[in-house]
Amino acid sequence: MSHCALHISGARLQYVSELMEIYVTRFSAWALAKNALTGNKGWTNQWRKPDPKPEYDAIIVGGGGHGLATAYYLAKEHGMRNIAVLEKGWIGGGNVGRNTTIVRSNYELRHNALFYEHSMKLWEGLSRELNYNVMFSQRGVLNLAHSPEELDAHAIRGNAMRLNGVDAELLDRDEVQKFVPQLDMSRDTRFPVHGGLLQPRAGTARHDAIAWGFARAADKLGVDIIENCQVTGFLKDGDQIIGVKTSRGEIKAKKTAVAVAGSTSEVMRLAGIKKLPIESHVLQAFVTEGLKPAVNTVVTGGGGHFYMSQSDKGGLVFGGEIDKYNSYAQRGNLPVVEDVTTIMLALFPQFAKVRLLRHWGGIMDMSMDGSPIITKGPLPGMYLNAGWCYGGFKATPASGWCFAYTIANDEPHSLNAPFRLDRFSKAYSIDERGAGPWAKLH
Amino acid sequence: MIINCPHCGPRDVSEFTYLGDASVKRPTSEKAARKSWENLVYNRDNPLGKHRELWHHAFACRLTMEVVRNTKTHEITSVKGRGPYFEETSK
Repeated sequence: MSHCALHISGARLQYVSELMEIYVTRFSAWALAKNALTGNKGWTNQWRKPDPKPEYDAIIVGGGGHGLATAYYLAKEHGMRNIAVLEKGWIGGGNVGRNTTIVRSNYELRHNALFYEHSMKLWEGLSRELNYNVMFSQRGVLNLAHSPEELDAHAIRGNAMRLNGVDAELLDRDEVQKFVPQLDMSRDTRFPVHGGLLQPRAGTARHDAIAWGFARAADKLGVDIIENCQVTGFLKDGDQIIGVKTSRGEIKAKKTAVAVAGSTSEVMRLAGIKKLPIESHVLQAFVTEGLKPAVNTVVTGGGGHFYMSQSDKGGLVFGGEIDKYNSYAQRGNLPVVEDVTTIMLALFPQFAKVRLLRHWGGIMDMSMDGSPIITKGPLPGMYLNAGWCYGGFKATPASGWCFAYTIANDEPHSLNAPFRLDRFSKAYSIDERGAGPWAKLH
Repeated sequence: MIINCPHCGPRDVSEFTYLGDASVKRPTSEKAARKSWENLVYNRDNPLGKHRELWHHAFACRLTMEVVRNTKTHEITSVKGRGPYFEETSK
């Protein structure tokens, strides 16, 4: 750069300013330093705000993490550039900004293990790939065992994980105590700790950064990200889907993909699909006031489904199970606050005086076997990505990667071939929890 | 959320167990089309708005009731008992 700076004149100036622009819009130590010295006035919008074109090669309905990742990988891996992402609200306003940010691939069933491990590998290179710090922190996810039988089940899952190439370590009681000294390890507690299953490469990431990072990277590849654009219907030629009706006019598309999480049933109803193996349920999440570093990993346990980590700002981020009845209300309610905080205080009694700062709800697309659907169809010209239950955040890169492959090639990748919609009619469900065909139990 | 149990009166939702969509019907014949069995086990309307659903008063009278509830606002507009006990007592 010093060489360029010495010759600022004429065409050279043009070259230097172009070079500067690249360096300024690309995040780097250089861009940070330059903007710091110029009053931070050089930062620009991270993606354009284009008006919708009349026609695209592919439209992705839903500008959440999965939709944006799909657009990014379609553009990057499959060379499609004439793509739009349609978002009813704003980028980062849905579940991608409402979750507890846990990333893991500690699954027992082979289809799940391979898919989520692919996601984990994408996560490991994501900040560099997107040139956006997604703050992926591999601090480990520890599943506690509260009985000898639960520890046996963890051992079985850990062995399955290792056979599928996923990292797993079974910890005994003393090792758990050493790893998370804050846990109540007394023998007579409500949830006595007998050991745990640790996935060291698992951890957390910054949820907003995933939305913003994928949006920015997709935009750079020419993808139109169109916010405040609600899909109100589908354009059809017979059974063939040929585009969408939106609050900003009709938009035609050769391929129409739907990735709308909790709104899947309602959006698909607009296309004439009346029933799906999905129920929408509320999942609540909680954040406390900021504390000094207290818990350096993700701890899950409590007999039910409790999980907690500490954010980089210091807040304890935690959650529990869904409310277990159909709901589209994006808000929390008190019975679950009581349930979840009770488990938390049984495991970590010293947090009893920590104040709860925020508490909210998001709508989960709970599938009937607890596994997702990434598929071509169900109508010609259409592609569906749904059924993420409460595991959607960690899946974001692989979901987009597999969905993009399916859209571009009109057939699934081997990683998502098992996650087809017709698996339910063929009695081929992928039921990780072994809970049976009840959406509320997954 | 409070459900007005036909037997016990208004009670907190934490006393109840949710049993899902009340419009799901079991096929009357084993020879029924495969699709109707699939609809019984897996496929749901999952509407935004009014939803007819079953709740079981598991931690009290154990009555099963059919509730019409708005899935966006959680407003309950109707509760009816279901099952032989309720049908007998409501005569």
